[in-house]
Amino acid sequence: MSTIQPIAGQDEQHPDVALVAQVRAGDVAAYDTLVRKYERQIFRIAQHITQNREDAEDVMQDAFLKAYEKLDQFQGNSKFYTWLVRIAVNESLMRLRKRRTGKLVSMDEDVQTDEGSVPRDFADWAPNPEQNYTQAELAEILKKTIQGLPQGFRVVFVLRDVEGLSTEETAETLGLSVPAVKSRLLRARLQLRERLTRYFGRKAPAIAQAGAAPRGDGAEA
Amino acid sequence: MTCTEFLKILDDVIDESIAVETRTEIEAHLRKCGHCEVVLNTTRKTIEIFRCHEIYEVPTEVSERLHSAIMERCKKAK
Repeated sequence: MSTIQPIAGQDEQHPDVALVAQVRAGDVAAYDTLVRKYERQIFRIAQHITQNREDAEDVMQDAFLKAYEKLDQFQGNSKFYTWLVRIAVNESLMRLRKRRTGKLVSMDEDVQTDEGSVPRDFADWAPNPEQNYTQAELAEILKKTIQGLPQGFRVVFVLRDVEGLSTEETAETLGLSVPAVKSRLLRARLQLRERLTRYFGRKAPAIAQAGAAPRGDGAEA
Repeated sequence: MTCTEFLKILDDVIDESIAVETRTEIEAHLRKCGHCEVVLNTTRKTIEIFRCHEIYEVPTEVSERLHSAIMERCKKAK
């Protein structure tokens, strides 16, 4: 394994370390900087897990407040961002649990499925298939596609591929083993690919077909 | 290399954490297997599309409101 990406900042100090130290020393403005740096990511993660805008707003606020209050417990052997994401993931799951009136919500939900783990659709995509849709249409397609994934796959995909955490950080954040993260990531990627092929595959643009089934020439006229 | 073997290491191929000697085998397999080539390219594209398009855009005024609320609560907390 010669080309494993180097883990950035292993030897040099991450800029967050100094900010965290300043906050611990009582500098609230330094925390303002940290919040600004990560608020969008935390909101997105919360929205992906809860699938609810209000919940995501609440989770974002609660997660940052909790991180602030518990900053003394932050060990510094993981990145501040990873630690913050873990708080946000837990807050999101708690929020979901509340909505489902106490029903257990876990990262293991629905992951036993084999759906989509073997590719079936081999239609190639157009070079820039997303350009065939407006921004709003594309957002709708992506939302629908990712929301259809089991929770335990979706979160792994979001943290690893969208928010750019490493496999190890994703595992740490979710309390999963590295092999479990890898297996979920592969299945998440394949399922999403399979679903997007319905829209982006060269053969069958799904939206165009939806309202206008092909008619035989002059069959009815 | 078979398609099943290729699929098993698809993530490593995408994440570019593949040993040099395996890379030659992969390239040989992709040259003769159009299906695996499509799966590789479209999976890469899948990741790229999700990474480049923010699905949950936060309007600036919402973001500002939430930001102020967070800082307000933090100031009260200590």
